Amino acid sequence: MEHYNMNLTLKIWRQANSNAKGGFETYQVKDISSEMSFLEMFDVLNEQLIAENKEPIAFDHDCREGICGMCSMYINGQPHGPWKQNTTCQLHMRAFKNGDTIVVEPWRSRAFPVIKDLVVDRTAFDRIIQAGGYISVDTGNAQDANALPVPKKDADNAFLAAACIGCGACVAACKNGSAMLFVGAKVSQLALLPQGKPERETRVLNMVAQMDKEGFGNCTNTYACEAECPKGISVANIARLNLEYVQAGMNSE
Amino acid sequence: MSLDAKIPQGNMSEKWSAYKGNVKLVNPANKRKLEVIVIGTGLAGASAAASLGELGYKVKAFCFQDSPRRAHSIAAQGGINAAKNYQNDGDSVYRLFYDTVKGGDYRAREANVYRLAEVSAAIIDQCVAQGVPFAREYGGLLSNRSFGGTQVQRTFYAAGQTGQQLLLGAYSALERQVALGNVTQYSRHEMLEIVKIDGKARGIIARNLVTGELERHFGHAVLLCSGGYGNVFYLSTNAMGSNVTAAWKAHKNGAYFGNPCFTQIHPTCIPVSGDHQSKLTLMSESLRNDGRIWVPKAKNDNRKGKDIPEDERDYYLERRYPAFGNLVPRDVASRAAKERCDAGYGVGTTKMAVYLDFADAIKRYGKIEAGKNGLVNADNETIIRLGKEVVKEKYGNLFDMYEKITGENPYETPMRIYPAVHYTMGGLWVDYELQTTVPGLYALGEANFSDHGANRLGASALMQGLADGYFVIPYTIGNYLSNEIATASIAVSHPAFEAAEKAVQDRLNQLISIRGNESVESYHKKLGKIMWDKCGMARNEQGLREAISEIRALRESFWSNVKIPGKVNEMNNELDKAGRVADFLELGELMCLDALDRKESCGGHFREESQTPDGEAQRDDENYSYVAAWELTGNNQWTLHKEKLQFEIVKPTQRSYK
Repeated sequence: MEHYNMNLTLKIWRQANSNAKGGFETYQVKDISSEMSFLEMFDVLNEQLIAENKEPIAFDHDCREGICGMCSMYINGQPHGPWKQNTTCQLHMRAFKNGDTIVVEPWRSRAFPVIKDLVVDRTAFDRIIQAGGYISVDTGNAQDANALPVPKKDADNAFLAAACIGCGACVAACKNGSAMLFVGAKVSQLALLPQGKPERETRVLNMVAQMDKEGFGNCTNTYACEAECPKGISVANIARLNLEYVQAGMNSE
Repeated sequence: MSLDAKIPQGNMSEKWSAYKGNVKLVNPANKRKLEVIVIGTGLAGASAAASLGELGYKVKAFCFQDSPRRAHSIAAQGGINAAKNYQNDGDSVYRLFYDTVKGGDYRAREANVYRLAEVSAAIIDQCVAQGVPFAREYGGLLSNRSFGGTQVQRTFYAAGQTGQQLLLGAYSALERQVALGNVTQYSRHEMLEIVKIDGKARGIIARNLVTGELERHFGHAVLLCSGGYGNVFYLSTNAMGSNVTAAWKAHKNGAYFGNPCFTQIHPTCIPVSGDHQSKLTLMSESLRNDGRIWVPKAKNDNRKGKDIPEDERDYYLERRYPAFGNLVPRDVASRAAKERCDAGYGVGTTKMAVYLDFADAIKRYGKIEAGKNGLVNADNETIIRLGKEVVKEKYGNLFDMYEKITGENPYETPMRIYPAVHYTMGGLWVDYELQTTVPGLYALGEANFSDHGANRLGASALMQGLADGYFVIPYTIGNYLSNEIATASIAVSHPAFEAAEKAVQDRLNQLISIRGNESVESYHKKLGKIMWDKCGMARNEQGLREAISEIRALRESFWSNVKIPGKVNEMNNELDKAGRVADFLELGELMCLDALDRKESCGGHFREESQTPDGEAQRDDENYSYVAAWELTGNNQWTLHKEKLQFEIVKPTQRSYK
């Protein structure tokens, strides 16, 4: 792989706090290596800002290996940037070329208010999980793990849904700010497994109610969420969410 | 103070049941009045907070991330060990115990390790009941794989995302307790001080990382589940925010620090690509099940890996360790890679890498698949295609990650790997009950020193974190809290809270008012380089002495010349980092001091002065069979206390994987 260096123009959203009016600022960075990650390029920019006695840019990040779900930049009009099934921290600078202009915004959604610059508040996701995204089994109540065989297909599909990292790219990508891919993934994981069956109906009803309460929009089947999901979570999970919701609703009548 | 590990009497296999049978209990009505603070929400913290909430205690759970689900346990890839013996391959509690004690190079406490092995099976049961989607066979039963340092298949996994799935299981249990009102969750909060009243831990000072405000929280007990301190090396596989601060504040308030120099360098990580590097990424040890590690037989061979013929390759692990081959423990594999690279056989542009090659595995799996499909005379192309499909199913997410970072396709060319800092076996000294030397202050998971000795075996960290949180602390904390039922909640207006908050405020003000010329990041990088060069994979007396004086000088420079922009009372990531780096600058010295004191090699601690003729770690059981527990006695002054290790069951021998 050939490596190269590049000079870039960055237009980045700056906002002092959740009440302040934000706006774009333009920055230049030089000699960025194609081997850097996108966030390492931000490290370079922040070091530059500190040296110039300017305030560095606040952004969320932690594991930098694509699994914690904390990084959350909207890059050139796409959550997590141009690569498919990828997080911002795993985006590398070889995706760009010398002279490019890159626009970086925070997640934009009514349910994810901006805290500062590129940092948003995603605690709504925690509250949705609190509404029912679990199996009620206190520690010490479990039977032997192999006492209940689970068909491999169900286990595999549950795993694919459970791979969600809770980053919120699905919400950011959706023109309605819908969280149905996130909710659908958790509902599907637990509905597919026999362990999740006893609470299946109350779970879906309560999680959807909380989702609505948080101000997330509805799904109009544009599938932008699936296209932008860093873990490739399928919209089939939204279909399953709808099915579970309708069935639970009928049974609760 | 003399160290009492409080190991129960009786036979090894009966200690834990005897303890559980006799431990003091707290009745449900009293549990409601007792408050417990949990710092960190990784596997240990989330499982402890959830389990204690279920029992009826009033719990407060803190994490610095924006959600408890982001804790770095989430990044663990390979798996979790348990003595289930589902494979009928001879596994047992005893075997898991034995492998762990031996793997730790006989520097762990036997009784703790035995308990860990005993509760391991229940962890898998609990996780499955929570809906953790472990890998399964076609019959619907759980699948296992093998990890380094063992000869059985006892590792449960969920593709290369086992830590994620286990943490999401514990997180869901935690969120359930939040919904039930038993746990209050404080995200984007960082613990900056322990509050002690009459010698007991009674609360914390935390900083709200959004507003910058300091908060006082009371607890009848405080649990530190704040992870390891690998980021003292700057570059490590830890998350960017992983830090020692909570543990270090505890240490400065009287908790002894155990075996600080025991760090694990993981053999299979993606090599450093340049000075811009901010972190290193692990490639799961599970890859060593199928990947073969090699370097060219000739020095400075500049051909591409694929172009080097079979007979000109040195599969050095298979050559040196025929019994375990590519599955030797991590410390052994790391040192062997370093040895080859230092000797001039490294590969890639930096020459600080070795190959991890899947070509053979692809062919082997391809032939098996062809056989299954009845393709008798399958051509090479078909075999390779079928083999790649199998490898993709097993390791697909890891291969994708490798390709994203390096831009190279590991299905076509061998991966380049090199060891990197991954885990810290050292941590706060705890007794059998996981209590530190401060009454009421506990340490769980990677934050304590206890179960892995001088080297942790693969798939054992997840096991220990969950064992401590789900199955140990719910019992042992009762033994302490049963004596606290008469203690009413102490108002946070108490002078001890006042003084602690003032100390934190003063330190933050001091940091921000330095207004020097060098960024926090540059100090962290310099510290990391000292630690890696002189207290890394190989250590010697001269280097360690140099490191100590270099760290002292760096620390002095930091406190007079660090540049932190912004204000204290606002979201300020640079200030957050500065506090953590300031603590690393003190810890680094203690690590070197501990490494200097331990004039033997054991596990991940390799003193160049102490090696066998063929370059293996040479222990000195006569003089160093102890846990080094360091007490802070003054400003960067420590006193060493020794907990003598007794081996009743596993007799220490020269560890051999040949």
